[in-house]
Amino acid sequence: MSILINKDTKVICQGITGNVGEFHTRGCLDYGTQMVGGVTPGKGGQEVAGLPVFDTVSEAVEQTGADATMIFVPPPFAADAILEAIDAGIKVVIAVTEGVPVIDMVRVYESAKNSNSVLVGPNCPGVITADECKIGIMPGYIHQKGSVGIMSRSGTLTYEAVWQTSNLGLGQTTCVGLGGDPIVGTSFIDVLKMFEEDGETESILMMGEIGGTAEEEAAAYVKEHVTKPVAAFIAGRTAPPGKRMGHAGAIISGGKGTAAEKISALEAAGIEVAQSPADMGAAMARAIEKAK
Amino acid sequence: MKIHEYQGKQIFSKFGVTVLENRVARTADAAATAFNELGGAIAVVKSQIHAGGRGKGTFIEKPDQHGVQLVKSAEEARQAAENMLGNRLVTIQTGSDGKKVNQVIVEAGCDIARELYLGIVLDRAAMKPVLMCSQEGGVEIEKVAHETPEKIFKEHFDPAQGLESYQVRKLCKKLGIKGKSVRSADKFMKALCRMYVDTDCSLMEINPLVVTGDGELVALDSKINFDSNAAFRHQDWEELRDLSEEEESEVRASNAGLSYVKLEGNIGCLVNGAGLAMSTMDIIKLHGGEPANFLDVGGGANADQVTEAFRIILSDPNVKAVLVNIFGGIMKCTTIAEAIVIAAKSVGFEVPLVVRLEGTEVEAGRKILEDSDVDVITATDLNDAAEKVAATLG
Repeated sequence: MSILINKDTKVICQGITGNVGEFHTRGCLDYGTQMVGGVTPGKGGQEVAGLPVFDTVSEAVEQTGADATMIFVPPPFAADAILEAIDAGIKVVIAVTEGVPVIDMVRVYESAKNSNSVLVGPNCPGVITADECKIGIMPGYIHQKGSVGIMSRSGTLTYEAVWQTSNLGLGQTTCVGLGGDPIVGTSFIDVLKMFEEDGETESILMMGEIGGTAEEEAAAYVKEHVTKPVAAFIAGRTAPPGKRMGHAGAIISGGKGTAAEKISALEAAGIEVAQSPADMGAAMARAIEKAK
Repeated sequence: MKIHEYQGKQIFSKFGVTVLENRVARTADAAATAFNELGGAIAVVKSQIHAGGRGKGTFIEKPDQHGVQLVKSAEEARQAAENMLGNRLVTIQTGSDGKKVNQVIVEAGCDIARELYLGIVLDRAAMKPVLMCSQEGGVEIEKVAHETPEKIFKEHFDPAQGLESYQVRKLCKKLGIKGKSVRSADKFMKALCRMYVDTDCSLMEINPLVVTGDGELVALDSKINFDSNAAFRHQDWEELRDLSEEEESEVRASNAGLSYVKLEGNIGCLVNGAGLAMSTMDIIKLHGGEPANFLDVGGGANADQVTEAFRIILSDPNVKAVLVNIFGGIMKCTTIAEAIVIAAKSVGFEVPLVVRLEGTEVEAGRKILEDSDVDVITATDLNDAAEKVAATLG
């Protein structure tokens, strides 16, 4: 078991004819992902990386049986591409695109919530189940099949955490990049639920960052509903208020969303908090040890 | 992206949100002329900078002059504008250096019966925009939100449908807006919500929003931030942007497609990914150093962009050492290594350079650095990198 995706997941890429879409489609194929096709409106009938290209997502689903999609469509068209994937009944919609206007995501979020699809992202590195299926832009080789479920709002920080848990021999089940935007389809709580129910996942590592209250909400959820050991790290302790740190979501405004508030909420929920980004894997190990 | 009060008010007018008549002045004479043109007995001269707290703020060069002043003659308008223009206004939001005032507005006075607060932001918990109002207008709303949150009234709205009339009535009841003012509020609040959506705002604030003696709602101030992700569908933003309000190095970085924020410390950082960039700043601080900047080169940066990133970091005279932390995903370690070699030749590193590489094409990247004659201190992991960079500063 694992969450969201596994070796049987059939994946298409929306935006496959673009440079980035093609590059990462090949990367996923190399990892062993069952890539079955791609979609670019107006380019149906072509072939990219040996895969058929379709004009619409519905057509791609009919022809290939795809149940997951990886979206690289540019920001002006990304909201539409997500809605199209939801409409076509794709179960797992992973939007990698960075720079989608927030007001577009308000609309898309509502549609995703009222559907049977799970939207991950946008502005996320993707989702990977170690040794089974990689959907996204993460470097595959750092992952190692194991027992830690990882979730994060930031891409490269996730790689750092994955690398540390691999080096400690803990390995991972599934790693979910939630995305760095103010509105993303899947929250920490959604993934916590999945990890708690997943038989293979024995512990959970989360990487949050300044801005918003998603980490505080996750902490409250963990306290009430999660029985597995949880460790966490919050990026941005040194970030000054009012300055946006790259991610559209990473800004301390009106005194809310500081690292200190998040860390104290996590600690109050019994979560092992890593004091430095070099300590994430070790914090996970400590949390596991404490739970024994 | 931020814009000036006068620009925000021009957009208000387009959407049917009532504002007072005003004139922009870039000289003291123009301010005097504006006073006469407005023709009233009083007017208000307001400094235009991208920061709040102007009314309480004062000028470095003219400590007795506040950023906003009521004037009763053309001569007073001229004097106030002369005190403000070209000088640096320090407010609670500007930092101690303040911001230089390049323009003021001269605005007609009005008969104020009540002062309220209105703001629209994205409520990230509800995943919807929310209109917030309070009777505590004219003061620091953060303080009200913190100390007496029950005094802030909220209504969420759907971007496509906008605010409904019943929601306006609910707010009016709580705010004590009565009689014909309710009709004015209906038009006013609905127009603001439509504007928030149509112009891709990420923040809109009117503080104070006033109810006049005639019972009409008027926006006495405007604070507007746009969602920069939506720039592709707003060609007019380029004209609204005031580059003199932005840090020069930050403008340069954004032109190169880099995400850069200047900070106060002396260790320059070059990292890929926002989360890892913030974490790198954090770990520098944990080892007793102070980061000089946040810099995310992004995933798809090429050697030119990375070289420009080094130029920007090294152009900060405070920088005494540089830490490069790359966990290659999309970004190849070879791209970074090549850029370091190019930057060493074209820019020159006069300060110690600590490099930590991991991820895509890491071996090839490390080899490029080894084979070059660039003086690099290599680090194996984050802790090692932070320790080594702190050690270079003694």
